[in-house]
Amino acid sequence: MQLARVIGDVVATMKDANLHGIRLLLLQPIAASGENAGRTLVALDSVGAGVGEHVFFVRGREAAFPFYPVEPPADAAVIGIVDHWNVETVNGEG
Amino acid sequence: MQIGRVVGTVVSTQKNSKLEGAKLLLVQPMTLDGEPRGATVLAIDSVGAGVGEKVLLVIEGKAAGDALGRKAAAVDAAIIGIVDAVDFRDTP
Repeated sequence: MQLARVIGDVVATMKDANLHGIRLLLLQPIAASGENAGRTLVALDSVGAGVGEHVFFVRGREAAFPFYPVEPPADAAVIGIVDHWNVETVNGEG
Repeated sequence: MQIGRVVGTVVSTQKNSKLEGAKLLLVQPMTLDGEPRGATVLAIDSVGAGVGEKVLLVIEGKAAGDALGRKAAAVDAAIIGIVDAVDFRDTP
């Protein structure tokens, strides 16, 4: 999984039948430092996240699992909204 | 599998029900020399690892779901071991 910030919504009227009723979110993956890390992507929403929130998402076949028994054709899905995260520095180590 | 270091913790109240009770840790994959390599990964912890520890990380859905012990869980990364030592010889 990876941390990301929700930066937008995607609307698609014509789409795969198994995607009906599922929101599409535009994500910017972020590093633990909070800086942008990598390319933006579109992910399914399984938790009701909104623009501006920090979330975490899963990649791959497992992205379809939150929607069981429907099996949407997706390779990324938001599976949690992040309340907060801590990055700790251990003495002498990065 | 990859070797990484646990660098932080993540708290999430609202999440997929299959993830309830799971501990989420931020892991920085490392090279054998201990240098950070690639993006930080958010992984399920199945072994009780803590911040600062060197861990064994799987980045694959089936393996991560098995580590969590729940079928069809939407996870793609898990900590499956705490590394005591790595012994290697870099042959030219």
